[in-house]
Amino acid sequence: MLLGLSFVSYFYGKRLIRRRVYEQKISQHSRDSYHGLYLSLYLIIPSVILTLIWLASSPNIIDSLLKSKIKNSFPDLSLGEINILKSKVISAYDGILPVDSEQMEMLVNFYNSANIISTNFLIIISALVSVSFFLFALNRIRVRFNARSKVENILKFSMILASCVAIITTIGIVLSLIIETIEFFKIIKITDFLFGLQWSPQIALREDQVAGEGLFGAIPIFIGTILITLIAMFIAVPIGLLSAIYLSEYSKPKIRAIAKPMLEVLAGIPTVVYGFFAALTVAPLLRNSGASVGLSLSSESALAAGLVMGIMIIPLISSLSDDVINAVPQSLREGSAALGSTQSETVKLVILPAALPGIVSAILLALSRAIGETMIVVMAAGVAANLTFNPFESVTAVTVQIVVLLIGDQEFDSAKTLAAFALGFTLFIITLLLNVLSIYIVRKYREQYD
Amino acid sequence: MTDNFIETRLRKRYSAEKRFKIYSVSALILALLILATLISSIAISSIPAFTQINIGIDIKMNDDQILQFEEDPENVSWRSLQKKSFYSMFPDVETRKDKKELNKLLSTGAYIEIKKFYLDNPNKLSDNNIIYVPASDDVDLLIKDIIDRDLPQDMRTISDNQISYLDKLISNNRIKKTLSWRLFSNSDSREPELAGLKGGIVGTLLTMFVTLIISFPIGVLAAIYLEEIAPKNKFTDIIEVNINNLAAVPSIVYGLLGLAVFLNYMNMPRSAPLVGGIVLALMTLPVIIIATRAAMASIPPSIREAAYGVGASQMQVIVHHVFPLALPGILTGTIIGIARAAGETAPLLMIGMMAFIVDVPSKITDKATVLPAQIYMWANNPERSFEYLTSAAILILLVILIMMNLLAILLRKKYERRW
Amino acid sequence: MKDVGSMIPNQYKITTSNVNVDYGSKRALHDINLQIEEKEVTALIGPSGCGKSTFIRCLNRMNDLIEGCKVEGKIMIDDVDINSSDTDIVELRARIGMVFQKPNPFPKSIYDNVAYGPRIHGIAKSNEDLDNIVMKSLKRAGLWNEVEDRLDASGLSLSGGQQQRLCIARAIAVNPDILLMDEPCSALDPIATAVIEELINELKERYTIVIVTHSMQQAARLSEKTAYFHLGKMIEYDVTSNIFTNPKHEMTEAYISGRIG
Repeated sequence: MLLGLSFVSYFYGKRLIRRRVYEQKISQHSRDSYHGLYLSLYLIIPSVILTLIWLASSPNIIDSLLKSKIKNSFPDLSLGEINILKSKVISAYDGILPVDSEQMEMLVNFYNSANIISTNFLIIISALVSVSFFLFALNRIRVRFNARSKVENILKFSMILASCVAIITTIGIVLSLIIETIEFFKIIKITDFLFGLQWSPQIALREDQVAGEGLFGAIPIFIGTILITLIAMFIAVPIGLLSAIYLSEYSKPKIRAIAKPMLEVLAGIPTVVYGFFAALTVAPLLRNSGASVGLSLSSESALAAGLVMGIMIIPLISSLSDDVINAVPQSLREGSAALGSTQSETVKLVILPAALPGIVSAILLALSRAIGETMIVVMAAGVAANLTFNPFESVTAVTVQIVVLLIGDQEFDSAKTLAAFALGFTLFIITLLLNVLSIYIVRKYREQYD
Repeated sequence: MTDNFIETRLRKRYSAEKRFKIYSVSALILALLILATLISSIAISSIPAFTQINIGIDIKMNDDQILQFEEDPENVSWRSLQKKSFYSMFPDVETRKDKKELNKLLSTGAYIEIKKFYLDNPNKLSDNNIIYVPASDDVDLLIKDIIDRDLPQDMRTISDNQISYLDKLISNNRIKKTLSWRLFSNSDSREPELAGLKGGIVGTLLTMFVTLIISFPIGVLAAIYLEEIAPKNKFTDIIEVNINNLAAVPSIVYGLLGLAVFLNYMNMPRSAPLVGGIVLALMTLPVIIIATRAAMASIPPSIREAAYGVGASQMQVIVHHVFPLALPGILTGTIIGIARAAGETAPLLMIGMMAFIVDVPSKITDKATVLPAQIYMWANNPERSFEYLTSAAILILLVILIMMNLLAILLRKKYERRW
Repeated sequence: MKDVGSMIPNQYKITTSNVNVDYGSKRALHDINLQIEEKEVTALIGPSGCGKSTFIRCLNRMNDLIEGCKVEGKIMIDDVDINSSDTDIVELRARIGMVFQKPNPFPKSIYDNVAYGPRIHGIAKSNEDLDNIVMKSLKRAGLWNEVEDRLDASGLSLSGGQQQRLCIARAIAVNPDILLMDEPCSALDPIATAVIEELINELKERYTIVIVTHSMQQAARLSEKTAYFHLGKMIEYDVTSNIFTNPKHEMTEAYISGRIG
């Protein structure tokens, strides 16, 4: 409806200005359509903003209204009971639970009417706001009115807002992680978390048991992540780098035209698919071939997860290193060839050293991707936190623990869920550092040839 | 320095050259081979899921049932109609235990097919009909030769008796293999022979819709500002570094953000495409911004200067010239970003979009799941049939994603312009 | 052409006969016949796009690196056809040094830049030997005094003219007998150019030098013989003084008098 109105006001503004130009016989400042846009933007934007704010805040307001209503009607309930009753009322309102008592009916009716009032209120308020802004805009339109720059300013302002979304997101991430992490460190000492050798959060869940020391020692999961990541890099770096070298230095354009998109396909495969591949194909294959040479592999071995994660990383490394290798000036290749070096000598002694900073930064990016990768390890690595460097045994990873801790129980008061945020924060910091380092290296390297 | 010395050295250098070339070409071949293995292993294991086995039951309604049907189809006891008709095809089976075994050949949802048949063909109420209903997953696997019937009875999930009933059905020509269209028309189920992907596909579409309408306008506006308008100062520098960092934040961290901010703080509905879409939009935003900026940076300044030269304002230059010329590049980047978001699972696990949900979502605040999350849930299902179903679901997801990527490549090829 | 040939003594370092070069379907050089004498400077001049750079790149088969480039005809260096399949391209390039238009030192130290060639070819027997070669080459390239105390600094830290001399040092460290120079001064300022020109004058005592230049004055200053190229054809080849004072071909005259080019 709002859209329709704004359309109408657009054309109204256009006609209005044309008529005035005709009547007053002076040349207009801005074109007709800008006047139309000016009107319709003033009509639509305030009410949209209002609606968004309302939608974001009204559930909370209604919620607390309901809570105080419950408190007033049943003064002897504890806080937890009030919360339970509240969620019962809401599910009854949604039609999931039956309304089984009179009190319940009363509360549901209260909730229902609060919702209706809120919606009506919103409609009236936003209509008022729209109309007043519209009238204000209408009043300002003149033939010599600079509608164009007004419209452009609105556009520009919205662009600045859009750019700030990135910053808001970062702030959101950091805040949401930090707040819960601080809560967590109120329960568990930070040194116990960072240097503890034992991780068994599930035990702390039992009612009578307070999370004791040592149970949230994150060292085993850090080690697990490091082990899996190392295996992955061990696979991905040589294969990715060598394929990039082949594609950029040796292959004919035709082969390149086929192989490059294929590698891009490999990069576009969702990680849940790799996870399934790891669990279904790679892990049994490794276990069977391990058994045939007398090795006993866990079916959730670090090797299987690392191997498949390595496969996932290959296209990332190869496409990034392909870019940096191609950025090495052709004149260096010619200079080396003119001295009589073979192609591989040119690659090994001139191109790779010249491209090294770029390659290092690509590897760092790949490393941060591997550390933060979730689905492969969730599906192929284990849950139990074993402190081991043996790639044939089952280990767990940071991301696995985040998923395990947060699926199911999501009340924000247990050390268990808070631990997930602490792990997430650690993950965020590590990948952030790797990224900053990689960007720094690339920037430095670019200066060299400019 | 003798000639001999030079010659041996040369030979060594050439063999090093050859070795290096072999290493690098085999690395590439290995990478492509892995891709081929991955796709073919999934494709092969998905084959059984694309057909399904149906069992034909001879059914004739009695007068009571016809009357009930005419009152209200819900009044008919479809399950007992199914059971009685099926048992009457095997007059020798008498004990309760055997009957129970016999009934287990059929899917637990078989009666729904019977009901559907009569609803679609009300003129056949009093006829003798052969109605084909889905067989249970074990029968399905046995007839597809995945369960070996020569194994001893206690090593397979289907008993000797059941096999003998099946043989009778086969000899009476009551077994039919059809394509499993239910993969697209059914939503999730605990029974593999009934489970379909409709819920996941619709959920993915809804989620991607939210992602697109949030990330595309914001991403493009932000990119235009940063590339064309923003003065180069500390503030814009911070935004730039920020965007680069956001692009590399692990996806699961976005999930934590969604959980803490949207679910716990803002009280948005759990498991809803709305929240999933917002989280994925935040994740896709840097991709779109970076792609848009690259597309606009590749437009030569001469175009802008020409437009300024005829008196256009900065906004007019952007809206009339820069943006339309950059649009193919922007769309390519957007499609690639959305395709990546469509395959994303981890952040959605955090906000509960992997619950077992039978209903197909109809709006963005309904509980829903997405295709990758459904794949994850199916992959965790111990029943063997789900392994094939998972592969089939992956294949469908991959086809969708590859088509999106192809579209992006075609778009780039068609409108690529070298300045 | 015949009378030019009869003027020159019989022992040539480089002889090309009927050299044609195609880039894809486009012919870049037509039937080039040229004889280059040992320990002389031969200059190739002509307007841009005339094929002089393409020609000089034929002499050490650098055109092999360019996709879709085909070279036909005979190029004899010391009576061996370098285009035949027997010729080892690595060995060939070790015998022929090349200096490029834009200085292209490797992003390594000054020492490693010069030592690169000797290392890959295994010329030096020991580290001292290598030190000697580096020193000798840098001295010959006239750079030693300037970099003596900072051999570990990056080659990229030098000025443009120094970089170009470093590239010359790098080329002569392999002990070639021919030096190809593809507009070696075009990226340099006049002072650096003068230094390089002086260096070329010294180098011709030891090396056969073929230089491509866009500056007629440079050709006149440096070379014994000059060839004039135009649109992929060699128009005239003669003793330098003849070319500049008494050109036989009207196109050559038009070029050196500045009417075309």
